[in-house]
Amino acid sequence: MITRPPWALLLLIAALFVPALGSRFYTFLANDVVIWALFATSLNLLVGYTGLVSFGHAAYFGIGAYTAGILMKQVGVPFLLAFPAAGLMAAGFAAVFGFFCVRLTRIYFAMLTLAFAQIVWAICFKWNEVTGGEQGMPEIPYPDFAWAERVAAALPFLGSYRTSEYFYFLTLVLVGLCLWILRRIVGSPFGRMLTTIRENPERAEFIGVNVRRYELAAFVLAGAFAGLAGGLFGIFNRGVFPDFAYWTKSAEVLIMTLLGGMGTFFGPALGALVLLWLNQQILSHTQYWPAILGAILIVLLFVFPGGIAGATLALARRLGWRSARA
Amino acid sequence: MPDPTFVFAQSLSGLTAAMFLFLIASGLSLIFGVLRVLNFAHGSFYMLGAYAAYQFVQWFGTGPGRFWWAALGAALAVALLGGLVERLLFRHLYAKEELYQLLFTYALVLILSDVAKGIWGTQQLSVSRPPGLAGSLTVFGATLPYYNLFILLLGPTIALAFWFVLHRTRAGRLIRAAALDRETLGVLGVNVKRLYTGVFMAGSFLGGLGGALVTPVKTIVPGMDTEMIVEAFIVVVIGGLGSFWGTFLGALIYGQVLSFGILFIPRFSIFSVFALMAAVLIIRPWGLLGRPLK
Amino acid sequence: MLEVRDLRKSFDGFQAVGGVSLTVPERSISAIIGPNGAGKTTLFNLITGHLRPDSGAVVFKGRDVTGIAPHDLCRLGMGRSFQRTNIFPRLTVFQNIQAAFLSHRGRGWNLLTPVERLYAEETETLLEAVGLLDKAGEVSGFLSHGNQKQLELGIALALEPEILLLDEPTAGMSAAETRESIKLIERLGRERNLTLLFTEHDMEVVFSIAHRITVLHQGKVIADGRPEAVRCDPEVRRVYLGEWH
Repeated sequence: MITRPPWALLLLIAALFVPALGSRFYTFLANDVVIWALFATSLNLLVGYTGLVSFGHAAYFGIGAYTAGILMKQVGVPFLLAFPAAGLMAAGFAAVFGFFCVRLTRIYFAMLTLAFAQIVWAICFKWNEVTGGEQGMPEIPYPDFAWAERVAAALPFLGSYRTSEYFYFLTLVLVGLCLWILRRIVGSPFGRMLTTIRENPERAEFIGVNVRRYELAAFVLAGAFAGLAGGLFGIFNRGVFPDFAYWTKSAEVLIMTLLGGMGTFFGPALGALVLLWLNQQILSHTQYWPAILGAILIVLLFVFPGGIAGATLALARRLGWRSARA
Repeated sequence: MPDPTFVFAQSLSGLTAAMFLFLIASGLSLIFGVLRVLNFAHGSFYMLGAYAAYQFVQWFGTGPGRFWWAALGAALAVALLGGLVERLLFRHLYAKEELYQLLFTYALVLILSDVAKGIWGTQQLSVSRPPGLAGSLTVFGATLPYYNLFILLLGPTIALAFWFVLHRTRAGRLIRAAALDRETLGVLGVNVKRLYTGVFMAGSFLGGLGGALVTPVKTIVPGMDTEMIVEAFIVVVIGGLGSFWGTFLGALIYGQVLSFGILFIPRFSIFSVFALMAAVLIIRPWGLLGRPLK
Repeated sequence: MLEVRDLRKSFDGFQAVGGVSLTVPERSISAIIGPNGAGKTTLFNLITGHLRPDSGAVVFKGRDVTGIAPHDLCRLGMGRSFQRTNIFPRLTVFQNIQAAFLSHRGRGWNLLTPVERLYAEETETLLEAVGLLDKAGEVSGFLSHGNQKQLELGIALALEPEILLLDEPTAGMSAAETRESIKLIERLGRERNLTLLFTEHDMEVVFSIAHRITVLHQGKVIADGRPEAVRCDPEVRRVYLGEWH
């Protein structure tokens, strides 16, 4: 039996060497990609696996960012506590909002997720005392890396790194862990139940699946991981701003998910990589990135609805490399 | 206790905003009612209507009556654009999942906003009021520009015209039928494809007209597309997706809540309209005057 | 086993089911027939909790289950197949049946165990029973209509029901497929001690296996009893106007 090479693990290890390339820019981009990969994968739990199209996923991203930001900057809580708090807070809001959302279907569901996201945005935008209002909260402190510097000093072959690079390694480890957990969830009986809901909610009901309860659970999990991504992003971005929760952010992550391919687990992460890289490349030549993104999106919708991953798998199947897998 | 004149003035400004919103949102509601799709690009059509009106005014000048021609021309141009988009691209997505249709309209938002930026740049533009309606009158101590009065009267006029078309003409009957059951309509020999294109054009026309007519009152800025689509969504959700009187009611409510919100709880006025939208979706998802979807 | 008491349901003034009562004894095979629009599917939907009746009651195994949610009802032992094939199209045949087992055996909330081989044995046994074992790895959406119906039967059976409600099980099948299908259903029903209640258009099918037939017309029961009695009932003949003899 030939086991498939652990691509994900190899990629993770490869990613560890990005700072060694010596360019701050590459590290910055990689860090961006890794965080958005988590954000997009969390959304895919809802869209790709459960079939619930949310237009307000950025709300939980924003909540996570603000929670971690407020705790670390204003209350002085260490990252070790602020990070899980971001996820828990986002999960809490997702539970409340999700409770109402899952009672609706399709377009109404999408509209309500949008409404809740805008509510979150409006609060962040106006609650100056707590969230800094329109100006947001700049200068979120990095986690304390003194321990890492001591380790690096003791093992000189590892090289020494800047704070931003330590943060990159931390992000890589945390996101890797989150993605591993999400992978387990998706490959579990719970994950299978979610796909039955996506495929045929009526039939799912009639195999004993309490559709609403499962949808709520998916909603909360997706929100929690989006919150964790947000917590990381606030630090990476050197500031937390209300537009983290604005509906256009939700659209961005949705496009990313579609681009990479909603039908696979790593599709969204791939979408994050491609989209952010393209964004950088194109912005350096022209300011009309939105139009190009729109055009790419249209091509995707008409020609490659399965995204990059979907198209690649279809090609691989055509060439006889893999047997058909659902 | 705020000064009654001031309250009245706020109410009037809320009403004016509501009439604009009604005009624009009615197009969105029409498209949703028949095509069952939420057109994110409706805000973009509104914006293009405004830019086109500006452009026509630049070309035709500001002589008497010119503004009206410019506005009409702008609305027709937008309608034409809508028709082309529907005919060439959008109609191929009807068979696909709703998500694809929604994302397509969002792709349009991205493209059209850059098109506008490319042609007209990012500075603020404005159009002066048509000379025939310059000046204002005083009502109960509040200043009401004639142009705003025109809009206040236009709103209900359009509503009535709409009602007339929908209920007393053959086209209107077809539209209402398509909203209820498009398959049967096709079986009955109606060219449903052409109907859809027509409805999409009509909806876009309304959005563009709203944008054109708003130019004397509001400056044209980038970002007016995303701002408007959210407002239109709120209105249509509150009133009822696909219900045309609902859109009217929703616009009125939105206008008043926003203007009084700013008055009494300025910090949470934005919040309140979204909260209202969420409340409607939770309690009565099909809106105040809408009907549950099949 | 199953009792329906005076069920009524109207849609916007149109009375789809107007006071239907019937009793389904244990281990029997009962059929509900009637012309199109007689209310058969609505009646099924009322029994299985997809619709709430305006009035009346559904009693299952002595328990009032009127209007309880479908997912709860199916845990009580009521299985159902649907008129339009209702499977999970992008899952494989194996995964379709396995999902039913996962849900029925209460493993649905397990978030950590890899799912691939759970209940593999039970799934394969059942696939063999419905004759789909050779197609286990195929994506179910691409199966032929007849095979999809077999799969649907399999999904329903995985839930170990005591009563199986089949909504037009042979709809869209050729004569040969129909015969095969009915033979399969009857055999499985006997092997698993099932009570069967089905709706049908095909009179040959109904008369070949049903112990009891209920005839619906415009939402009301016009005849109810053993096949011979129903066949001779003048009211029934009038309604069907010589469609069969």
